[in-house]
Amino acid sequence: MSEKCLLDVQDITMKFGGLCAVNKFKLQLKKGELVGLIGPNGAGKTTVFNMLTGVYRPTSGDILFQNESLLGLKPFDINSLGLARTFQNIRLFKSLSVLDNVLVASHRKTAYGLMDSILVTDTRCELEDKARADAIELLKIFNMENLIDEQAGSLSYGKQRCLEIVRALATKPQILFLDEPAAGMNSTEKVTLMKIIDSIRDKFDLTILLIEHDMKLVMGICERIVVLDHGVIISQGAPQDIQNDPKVIEAYLGASVLEAHS
Amino acid sequence: MKQLIKANLIPVGIIILFGILTPVFESALDAYVQTIFIYCLINVVLSVSLNLVNGFTGQFSIGHAGFMAVGAYASAYVTMTYPSYLGGVMGAGGAEGILLQIQFFINVLLGGFVAAFAGWAVGLPSLKLKGDYLAIVTLGFGEIIRVILLNTEAVGGARGMYGIPKIANFFWVSSWAFICILVVWRLVRSTHGRGFLSVREDEIAAESVGINTTQFKTKAFVISSFFAGIAGGLFAHYLAYLNPSSFTFMKSFDVVVMVVLGGMGSITGSVISAVIITVLPEALRPLQELTQIDFRMVIYSLALVVLMLTRPQGLMGTKEISDYLKFFKKRGSSNV
Ligand SMILES: Nc1ncnc2c1ncn2[C@@H]1O[C@H](COP(=O)(O)OP(=O)(O)OP(=O)(O)O)[C@@H](O)[C@H]1O
Ligand SMILES: [Mg+2]
Repeated sequence: MSEKCLLDVQDITMKFGGLCAVNKFKLQLKKGELVGLIGPNGAGKTTVFNMLTGVYRPTSGDILFQNESLLGLKPFDINSLGLARTFQNIRLFKSLSVLDNVLVASHRKTAYGLMDSILVTDTRCELEDKARADAIELLKIFNMENLIDEQAGSLSYGKQRCLEIVRALATKPQILFLDEPAAGMNSTEKVTLMKIIDSIRDKFDLTILLIEHDMKLVMGICERIVVLDHGVIISQGAPQDIQNDPKVIEAYLGASVLEAHS
Repeated sequence: MKQLIKANLIPVGIIILFGILTPVFESALDAYVQTIFIYCLINVVLSVSLNLVNGFTGQFSIGHAGFMAVGAYASAYVTMTYPSYLGGVMGAGGAEGILLQIQFFINVLLGGFVAAFAGWAVGLPSLKLKGDYLAIVTLGFGEIIRVILLNTEAVGGARGMYGIPKIANFFWVSSWAFICILVVWRLVRSTHGRGFLSVREDEIAAESVGINTTQFKTKAFVISSFFAGIAGGLFAHYLAYLNPSSFTFMKSFDVVVMVVLGGMGSITGSVISAVIITVLPEALRPLQELTQIDFRMVIYSLALVVLMLTRPQGLMGTKEISDYLKFFKKRGSSNV
């Protein structure tokens, strides 16, 4: 294993009763990489994320982050190690303000005590001011700094997805898992979002694993793509190779298309 | 230091004002009105503190009376067993009277801490589990405490505890109510409070951004139990008499109704509904005596049904009085 390998996923399998949602998934993420995880509906992409972030415990296999196993850790422990995520079915704190959504995520940096809260000490005020400034700085990435007092649930679909990314960034992660961040956006929004994702990787020195349905969209920014179908990796490599891989085309378009061609 | 002083100057001033107003309160109002006033304030402590768990953290506790009982009996027991450990003598004025007041403060605080410990012991195991175990466990806890008290001779058993010095007056009760409101108010606007709120909003998302949900739930529950204990201590030293039957499930239910009626997640709502629910049965007393029916339960059920139909979020929803003031003034103070 090379030294730069940040995350080493070793043959993780997830079974739900009789259903094998993910079978022996493996992946190595190097620092600074942007990798796409694609596959048709129900392929097991989200399940992979849930295993990586501690929501599910894999039935078998191991996940090493900086050579330490993540198995058995709680989601909040995994987050504090530097892995953050967004959700496919948006999970914002809907009735809180946009700013508060981001501030919740920066609570580890805003570590003043209960007594500081109750007495409103100077420590509290300083840390609050700093957290607030940092949060606004992050919101600026998506031009959302003028929306800080809006209720998160009242934002447009696209903005909610952006807020989820900001919230994840506020935990100061090393690896970011994005689950279909462009879902529900129109095509111009999608393209802009992909550019922003590419730029935050450089800005925050991130490693990103990106789930996306639309193959074309990830082609432009991912160095590497992993294709999942029925819980199994059917192909991986550079975008151009993936695009022309018959197995991938088959998985996406269905076997009948290929048969019709031949 | 600067912020600390700036933020706490007015609260300290308000507490001093309570002290100055006490003689006025005691001489100007008749005893009956005074009693109702004091009960209102004790119920404010109970409902605001329960709101921290049920409203702000989104858990469901229905055993607040149990923690109140713990605080009441613990503080009263210390007062009765060690009547003057600071050197004061019952009924003494002047310097010794002040010692007794300090001692009373310590005993009530002690009751709060014992209740907080009970909250920790009960809360931690049940809050670790996903689902509504807290409701079942707190319900059980309230009943167990009552049965234990009923069978403990050292605190009077079924006869109850008599002759507790009546030291809780307007000053103490209003100061504690004020402190409870202030603490919960500031807490929910701090990083801890945002943690509580995030647990209520979405536990999975909260954990994904590093919130240890069990820890935050327990924290809220312990603070809430602490204030329930304080309310108990004030109650014991005002009524001057304790009996396990004061802490039945009905009492817990009263507090839950106050929180729901006022609005889960609104301190203002909890204060308003605590006052309404304390005053209403008293206002209806003549009617009750006339008709020989306990109208309190009728009113409760009616109020709840009407409210759930017309305003399911409670009187205030999650809004505070400051939100309305802000609306008028067009500027808000976000920090305190
Ligand atoms: N908690 C669960 N219990 C049972 N089955 C599950 C569970 N979670 C996922 N599955 C099943 O596992 C399979 C993979 O689901 P998953 O959500 O990972 O797919 P996906 O690739 O993210 O699909 P999509 O593109 O629609 O988001 C599906 O068949 C799904 O029904
Ligand atoms: Mg999915």
